[in-house]
Amino acid sequence: MIENVLKRNDPDIIIVRPSRGWSALNLPELWKYRELLYFMVWRDIKVRYKQAVLGIAWAILLPVVNILIFTFVFGVLFKQNQTVANYPLLAATGQLPWGLFAAALGRCSVSLVGNSNLLTKVYFPRLIIPISSVLSGLVDFSISFLIVLGLMFYYRTSFSWNLLWLIPLTLLVVLTSLSVGLWLSALNVRYRDVQQIVPFLIQIWMYASPVAYSAGLVTGRFTRIIYGLNPMAGIIQGFRWAMIHGDPPGELFIISVVMVLIFFVSGLFYFRRMERTFADTI
Amino acid sequence: MPSAIVVDHLGKRYRIGLAPQRYQTLSENISRMFSAPLRAIRRGQSPALDGEDTIWALKDISFTVEKGQVLGIIGRNGAGKSTLLKLLSRITEPTEGFLTIRGRVGSLLEVGTGFHPELTGRENIFLNGAILGMKRSEIARRFDEIVDFSEVEQFIDTPVKRYSSGMYLRLAFAVAAHLEPEILVVDEVLAVGDAEFQKKCLGKMGDVAQQGRTVLFVSHNMSAILRLTNETIILEKGKMVLRAPSAEAVDRYLTSSHTNVGERVWEADEVPASSAPFHPIALRVKNKDGKVVDSLRSIEPFTIEMEYSLDASVPALRIGIYMNTTRGEAVFTSFDTDDAARYEKQTRRTPGHYFSRCTIPADMLNGGRYSLGVNASSYQIRRFFGDDQALDFNVDGTGAPGMQWIESRPGPIRPRLNWEIVCE
Repeated sequence: MIENVLKRNDPDIIIVRPSRGWSALNLPELWKYRELLYFMVWRDIKVRYKQAVLGIAWAILLPVVNILIFTFVFGVLFKQNQTVANYPLLAATGQLPWGLFAAALGRCSVSLVGNSNLLTKVYFPRLIIPISSVLSGLVDFSISFLIVLGLMFYYRTSFSWNLLWLIPLTLLVVLTSLSVGLWLSALNVRYRDVQQIVPFLIQIWMYASPVAYSAGLVTGRFTRIIYGLNPMAGIIQGFRWAMIHGDPPGELFIISVVMVLIFFVSGLFYFRRMERTFADTI
Repeated sequence: MPSAIVVDHLGKRYRIGLAPQRYQTLSENISRMFSAPLRAIRRGQSPALDGEDTIWALKDISFTVEKGQVLGIIGRNGAGKSTLLKLLSRITEPTEGFLTIRGRVGSLLEVGTGFHPELTGRENIFLNGAILGMKRSEIARRFDEIVDFSEVEQFIDTPVKRYSSGMYLRLAFAVAAHLEPEILVVDEVLAVGDAEFQKKCLGKMGDVAQQGRTVLFVSHNMSAILRLTNETIILEKGKMVLRAPSAEAVDRYLTSSHTNVGERVWEADEVPASSAPFHPIALRVKNKDGKVVDSLRSIEPFTIEMEYSLDASVPALRIGIYMNTTRGEAVFTSFDTDDAARYEKQTRRTPGHYFSRCTIPADMLNGGRYSLGVNASSYQIRRFFGDDQALDFNVDGTGAPGMQWIESRPGPIRPRLNWEIVCE
C-alpha cells in the first residue's frame, strides 16, 4: 500500500481516511494547538463584557446579588439562619463553585453551535472549543473568590491550610462542567433541543446540589449515596469544608469524584466519535 | 521527490437530510429511527445504504500534486469543488478512499474566519492568525507587514465592527496572505473587494506560487486560473473529467459551457434537495426576436428569463440574477422584486409554474463574454437555490458607440451617451 510507504518516510505526514468506531484521544495534537486554545479563552473573556455599561463589574455584581437573594429567601424567609451558624457564608461558599459550574456548563453546551463558522471553515482539534469555553469562566470565578474571601474576613472566619484544597477542588469543578458540557455540546450539534433544555437542567441541578442549603440536611446512608451521584454535591461540600470548616467530605466526595470520571471519559469518547460529522451536521 | 498531496479514490457521500442549514430535532430523529427500518424492509435494503436518501458529492477522485505545483480546480456549482477543498482541509471526513498530505496545510475557504466584530483590528489579526494555524511569535513577527498590506493602519485599534466592508476584507485578506504553510488550499477568496484590491491579492497569490509552495486554487475567474496555475482539474457532478495544462483545461471548460447555447437547464440530480419547494428549470437569454441564442448584439435589447416551479407557497421570494464578466468582474445584480411597490403587494408566491423575465436595454453592455448567476431566496429568511455560474453568453459590439476607432474599451458597460459639445 502506498500509505505504508509514506508512513515510514515521514512523521509529519497526515493521512485522511474514513474513520470507524471510537477514536483515541490525540493529545500531542491538542498540545500543538495550545496557542489557539489560549486565544479562544482570551477572546471569550475579552468579548464577554464589551459594550456593557458596567463591564467587568458584572462579574462582581452577579454573585453578590445571588448571595443576597439566597440569604433573604432561605436565611430569612425559611429561617435557615437558626440551623446554620452563618447562613450568608454558607450561601457564598455554595455559590462560588456553583457559579463557575453553571456558567461554564451553559456556555459549553452551546459552544460548538456558536462557533459553527469555525467548524465549517477551518480544521483544528474540535475539543479546543468546549475546553476554551469552560476555562474562560475562571476569570469570573477568581473575582467571586475574592468576594468570598472578603466575607470570610468580615465574619472573622479562621483560615486554615485546608484552603489549599481549593486548587484541586476548583479543577474538579472545571472537569465536571467540561464532562457534562462535552456530552451536551456534541448532542446540541445534532439536536438543537439541547439548548432549550440546558437552562432547566442547570436550575434543577442547582436544587439537587447543596448550594443554598447544607449537605448535612440530607441524611440516611442510602439517600446520601444517591445524593452523591450528583458530582456537584460532594464538590460543594468540599468547598465548604475547605473554607468554613463544615462537615468533612466523606464518602459523598468519593462517589462524586468517581461520577466525574465516568462522565469525563464517556463524554470524551462520545465527543471524539461525533466530531467527524460536526461540519456536515451543524 | 515525494508528492505533496496524494488523493486516492476519494469519495464523499452526504445524507440529503444533512444539507447545510438544516438540523434535526429530536422528534424528527426518533420518527426517522422508527420509519427507517420500515422503509428499508419495503425496499429490501439496509437503511445506511439507502440510495435515495444520499448523494455522492464527490466520487472516485484520484490525483497527485507534486511539491511546488500550483493546481487549479474548476467546475460548475455543485461539481464538488467545495467538498474537495473541505476534505483536503480536513474539515470533513471522506466516506471512502483516502488522501495523504505532506506538510503543513493552510486552508482559506473564506477570509476573516473567526473575526470577532467587538475586537479591534490588532486583536483580530492575532485571533485570526491563530485560527489559521499561525504561531503567536510568527504573527508578531509579521504584524507590521500585515497591517501594511491591509492599509488600515489608522484604525488598527478600532473594533472591526466599525470598519467599512472594504477595510474589513482587506484586513482579513492581509492576515490570510501572510500565512506561510507548505500547502495552501484556496477557495474563491479573490472574488472580494474592489478591482484594485483584487489585483493586489492576485499579485500576492502569484508571489506565493513563485516561492515554491504547493497551492490548490479554486476559482471561477478564468484569467486568474490561467495566470496562477500550470495545471487544472475540471470537476463535473462530483467526478474528475479532465486534468490538463491550464490553457487546455480552461478552453475545454469554456467550450463545454457553449453546448447549452444561451440556455442552462437544470437536471433533477443537479438540484440539491434543500432547495425545495423551489425547483429551477432553466435560465435563458433571448434576443429581441425571442430566440434563445448564445450571442447577442449590444445595440439591441435582450431578455433574461428564469423558469422555475414552486411546490408550496413561498413568502417574500425573490429571484436574483448576477451578471459578471467571465473574468470575474461584477457587472450588476438585479432581483425580480426590486420594485418596492410590487414587493409590498406580492408578499407570497403561490405554487405554480413561473417565469421571471427582465429586459436588458440596448446599448448597455460592452462587447465581450458574460456569465450569469442566479439565486432564489427569501430575504433574510432562507436561500433556496443558487448557481453563480449558470450560463455564459457573448455580446457582439458591432455598431456600438465609438466603434469607428479600433481600440478596445475597458469596462463591462458601453452606454450610448448624449454628448453635448458646446462652445461658449
